[in-house]
Amino acid sequence: MEQQTFETIIEPKNKIFDLNLKELWKYRDLIRLFVKRNFISQYKQTVLGPAWAVIQPLLTTVIFTLIFGNIAGLAPGGVNSFVYYLCGTVFWQYFASCLTMVSHTFTGNANIFGKVYFPRMVLPVSTVLTNLISLAIQFGFFLVAWGIFLFIPGYEMHPGWEIVLLPLLLLEMALLALGCGIIISALTTKYRDLAMLVSFGVQLWMYATPVAYSAAMFQGGRWDFIYWCNPTCPIIETIRYAFLGPAAAQFRPGMWGISWITTFVILFIGVLLFSRVEKTFMDTV
Amino acid sequence: MNDLAIKIEHVSKQYRLGAIGGGTLRGDIQSYIARKKGKEDPNSKVGSDAAYHKNEKFLALDDVSFEVKKGEIVGIIGHNGAGKSTLLKLLSRVTAPTEGKIGINGRIASMLEVGTGFHPELTGRENVYMNGAILGMTKAEIDRKFDAIVQFAEMEKFIDTPVKRYSSGMYVKLAFAVAAHLDSEIMVMDEVLAVGDMKFQDKCLGKMSDVSNQEGRTVLYVSHNMSTIKRLCNRCIVLDHGKVIFDGDVNEAVEIYSNAKKTWKPFHEFKKADYWDYYPRNVRMLNASFPDTQDCVFNWGDKIRCEIQCESDVDIDNLRLRVEFLNASESLTGVACSDYIGSFTKGETRNISFSFGTDMLSAGKYKLTFALYYANELGLSTTVDLGRKALRFQLNDVPCEERIVGDFRMGGFTRYPNIELLR
Repeated sequence: MEQQTFETIIEPKNKIFDLNLKELWKYRDLIRLFVKRNFISQYKQTVLGPAWAVIQPLLTTVIFTLIFGNIAGLAPGGVNSFVYYLCGTVFWQYFASCLTMVSHTFTGNANIFGKVYFPRMVLPVSTVLTNLISLAIQFGFFLVAWGIFLFIPGYEMHPGWEIVLLPLLLLEMALLALGCGIIISALTTKYRDLAMLVSFGVQLWMYATPVAYSAAMFQGGRWDFIYWCNPTCPIIETIRYAFLGPAAAQFRPGMWGISWITTFVILFIGVLLFSRVEKTFMDTV
Repeated sequence: MNDLAIKIEHVSKQYRLGAIGGGTLRGDIQSYIARKKGKEDPNSKVGSDAAYHKNEKFLALDDVSFEVKKGEIVGIIGHNGAGKSTLLKLLSRVTAPTEGKIGINGRIASMLEVGTGFHPELTGRENVYMNGAILGMTKAEIDRKFDAIVQFAEMEKFIDTPVKRYSSGMYVKLAFAVAAHLDSEIMVMDEVLAVGDMKFQDKCLGKMSDVSNQEGRTVLYVSHNMSTIKRLCNRCIVLDHGKVIFDGDVNEAVEIYSNAKKTWKPFHEFKKADYWDYYPRNVRMLNASFPDTQDCVFNWGDKIRCEIQCESDVDIDNLRLRVEFLNASESLTGVACSDYIGSFTKGETRNISFSFGTDMLSAGKYKLTFALYYANELGLSTTVDLGRKALRFQLNDVPCEERIVGDFRMGGFTRYPNIELLR
């Protein structure tokens, strides 16, 4: 009997771990267009346009500086607390918005997913990339503020060589946000409860991360190690260390290594869950 | 040689009826623990037993298998809920089958909806790129086809306007144009041609047959519009309750579809669905029958005898009877009228007996609509009661040298008198 070969075979279930990067690459134009679409539609018909990307972290930073820096006195001395908080906020904002937006992948795009096939991973990936544009704007703003304070004497800012690690740090943040986000999005196809928890959870996570205060608070204490096990903690600390110097934060390569491991584990679980639901979530969403 | 485009093997798709899961994580955990402990599920409905749970499963597709060769245009028809859309969803990989395997050769472009991914804030141009990419085109491909798409959609003027300012017609025209210019080997379509004005629909149909005939692409087309199916497809699959009940010739498929639900009985009781309240119905038809047949099959040339029972609320004597002949695709092929059917007195119920010839019909299947009416001397008629598609019959050919034998594909629906040769 003649054996038929087929290019595509549709079967009831995916393999347990099914991440088809080749196919994802084939759809790179779609990723690009989604990024463009997300970005354009975000700021269309707003007067200030992409300036909003700057205003948001700016306001948060001002509030943090006033409340946590001046009133509560949680900012480390010697460093300008505005730059200190801006640094933490800008990068945390990237992580938080990636996580929140990715976690809505399935529920928010059910209308597209329900009509046409493309690798489902396209959307989370493009979300992470879209936020990278906002981050670039915010980062530019941060660089300006940072540059100004760098030349004002009296503030001990000693940027180190660790600045070159920034791309790696960003990549890790993106992967971590992607991992957590797709875990939540995979679970929300059936349980909407989680969607309610996301924004609250992200808020909580922020307080477990040295964004509004300094990690030095825990130094030498019992909780120091556990605190650093939070994968976002070494990331934010390292970024601050790189830009602001040892007065502002610490760089612990060992803990950073652990956070990479955590990131990969989370990402792996994420892809695992994602491949489980991506084929049939349309029936339950 | 690998000439198959699609092969579907024993594919089933099961859905669960009612709410899926407990809806919340808490509910599901409760049910799970209860099941483990062997207790009754606290979230199931009171009094439900195992049999009830079994019935909650619903097979939208039930062991469906067929093959589609490259270049075929296959129509898929069936009543609502027969599983057509589910089948297309599986093919376009929106959801996965519960059982079975589908093999596909070539890229599939699915058009279950036009304008998937259109974003109202983006301009027509941006949306063409967006939509094209969602349907699987690369940027280079869209660049190449962009002008053709815009031209096909007749949208040159508006292409840089955000689509939220478009009229709905413009919107679908642009969306269809993108889909029609896909380079994929297989196209899967769900009634998307029901868009735009007549002119544009014609253009779409033309494009679809070009796509298959000249470019050799495979098309799977789902529709309720039988004339489009007949025009476009060269093979047709009829689905009923998730099963393939027919696969083959288009005209036969359409006939099977049109009658799929009804058995042919020589007796018909007029029900609410058959008439319109719009008519006065002070004289009512109660039932209609063919008294001389069991199977409703007649031969050409037969006189068909028919009876209709009528009930009257008024005294009336100028009523006539009209019989409308509908062919298998339910278009009117002709009308026959009667003389006065006799007077009715108030409260009277009696049978009208009549017969009609079949000389004027080609072989095929017909449905009859009956109407009671009266007319004035100018020929203006007023219908008193009308019962739609009350009786059906099949007319078979009698082999004969003088005329063409065969159904409407050979001879249309009506037979005209023989041509007179002039010498």
